[in-house]
Amino acid sequence: MSSAAESIGDEVNVVDTVVEVDDLTVTFEGREGGTAHAVDGVNLAMRKGEIIAMVGESGCGKTTLARTILGLERPASGRVLSHGEKLQYSGRALKAYRKTVQLVLQDPTGSLNPRHSVYEAVAEGPRTHGMDDETGRVSRALSMAGLRPPERFYLRYPHELSGGQRQRVVIAGALALDPDVIIADEPVSSLDASVRGEILALMLKLREDLGLTLLVVTHDLGLAWNIADRIVVMYLGRVVEQGPTEEVLNNPQHPYTRALLSVVPEMHGTEQIVLSGEIPDPTKIPSGCRFHPRCQEVRDGVAEKAGVLKACQSISPAILSAQIPIGEAELGHDAACHLVTPPPAPLA
Amino acid sequence: MAVLDMRDVSLTYHPAEGPVPAVRNVNLSVNAGEVVGVAGESGCGKSTLISTVLRLYPKTATVDGEVLVDGENIFDMKWNRMRAVRWGEAAVVFQGALHSLNPIQRIGKQLVEPILVHDKGATEASAKKKVRELLEQVGLPARHANAYPHQLSGGQKQRIMIALALTCDPKVLLCDEPTTALDVMVQAQILDLLKGIARERSMGMLIISHDLSVLSTNCDRIAIMYAGQVVEQGPALDVFQHPAHPYTRALMGAFPTIGDRESRYAPSGLPGDPPFPGDLPSGCSFHPRCPIATDECTTAHVALEPVAPGRDAACIHINQGVGAP
Repeated sequence: MSSAAESIGDEVNVVDTVVEVDDLTVTFEGREGGTAHAVDGVNLAMRKGEIIAMVGESGCGKTTLARTILGLERPASGRVLSHGEKLQYSGRALKAYRKTVQLVLQDPTGSLNPRHSVYEAVAEGPRTHGMDDETGRVSRALSMAGLRPPERFYLRYPHELSGGQRQRVVIAGALALDPDVIIADEPVSSLDASVRGEILALMLKLREDLGLTLLVVTHDLGLAWNIADRIVVMYLGRVVEQGPTEEVLNNPQHPYTRALLSVVPEMHGTEQIVLSGEIPDPTKIPSGCRFHPRCQEVRDGVAEKAGVLKACQSISPAILSAQIPIGEAELGHDAACHLVTPPPAPLA
Repeated sequence: MAVLDMRDVSLTYHPAEGPVPAVRNVNLSVNAGEVVGVAGESGCGKSTLISTVLRLYPKTATVDGEVLVDGENIFDMKWNRMRAVRWGEAAVVFQGALHSLNPIQRIGKQLVEPILVHDKGATEASAKKKVRELLEQVGLPARHANAYPHQLSGGQKQRIMIALALTCDPKVLLCDEPTTALDVMVQAQILDLLKGIARERSMGMLIISHDLSVLSTNCDRIAIMYAGQVVEQGPALDVFQHPAHPYTRALMGAFPTIGDRESRYAPSGLPGDPPFPGDLPSGCSFHPRCPIATDECTTAHVALEPVAPGRDAACIHINQGVGAP
């Protein structure tokens, strides 16, 4: 795809963003030949103190995007920007960068070494980065993560902690480095319902106290409703809808977002739109709109009635540009769908 | 008619540190064609409860009460009969099923094996034919019989696990967290499938999950467990929309209603951890975490009491009007 990169806004605003990705594509060699376009043209800007929920099914590229933002994967094209500067992939530059962008994974039990005490787990980051005042850092990080008094947890081992406490230790490990950004990949999906709320409340508090920026990768729209300022919906490597959480969830524009929302178990009364099949193989991205083979609007003839069916099958909707609001300006609500934004030129 | 009837079932583990009552006096029945959900936090005893149905608990554990599968008490069965009942009368779709398939055997072979073991009259050809039908029933093309597990997605593997449990036409299907590792969309597909199978085959189905919201839309009835006991039960949607027990209300609060402005930036949880079953609090086991606990709760004996038609809850405050549905 050679769709032109859209402008990413004035240089003036770049200062406002902590991390940004600009027309990013990430590809892998497919197992049976072919190239998998895991991330296929994504623009995203994260401002300081913002909580963004990135939602989509497995295979939509959300984890690859998160890994690329962390510098764990290199883009095939496009760039990752940190405070307006392009990320360099030398060992030293990456190490410095990773101190500012930390990762929290889904399963805290898998993230923690069972033979390391809580103190060792949290101190590992500061040690690796040669930071001073190790004990002070560990103590502050644990208490920020809600494990108080911190000394009581120093010598405990993961098996002595509950699932929620383990996730707090993982979060403390990230906080010990004073990061600007935390990327959390399904941070509560392996936790019990009662603990889930507590961890989400902790994330809100960290944003408030430390001005942290959070990118939460999740399939859980309830989580997004609970804590996110903004939602980015991904499908097969692209952002298909984005905007303020309340806008997107109360008034979803893209058929895919509507389908996702309809299967949230809490949405009693709305008719479920269960899409058939699974996300297609990223080595074989469908032509036209990549969602059209599963799209309920195409299936039910809505697209045909609106006269966009041909476009759905042959023209890829324009890549959404990064949302970089200027000052107090309201964030927009965009969707990459021909039904929402009719294709530029009608097919003759 | 109840195909699974648990009467006053208790199970106690006996590690060196002292007895651990993991399931305490549970009464639960599942009718043919009915889907019943059991929800609760990890450690509440829900997986242990399933283990009693097929006697999958360790030899050292002691059990009490009766588990009737199609009218026959599991606890009284001789070993030979027990072996026939497992898979034949009651089958399990285990948690973490995605790793339960043999990675170096074709799907078809793994599906044929239990049929040949359990059905003495089955031939290789008849078993293969049945496998093809089963695959179609769980929404997969019959050619998947030739695939290896790694060639399938998570949702497809879960469908295989369901087909595997159905190979011997059980009357009861027990599902332990059947959708936990799956995506929302695939989750909805799998639950739809399970519900359809229960209806079509008039099978009783017991689904266990920590995700109350998943159960609420897909089960006919639901039971909420805490510290080894059922603390609330009733029609699923009713329990979901009007929870009576304070624990159920806390669990429900964890899943916000999208569109409800009050829950924006206000995630709700339940402080504290569930008690260790070997060291239960006095009185009502939930009292140390309960937002409405009084002194009385530290000593009171709580048991399930009717709170509305078809609804029971175990809380001494409910009859006093607090949280009545």
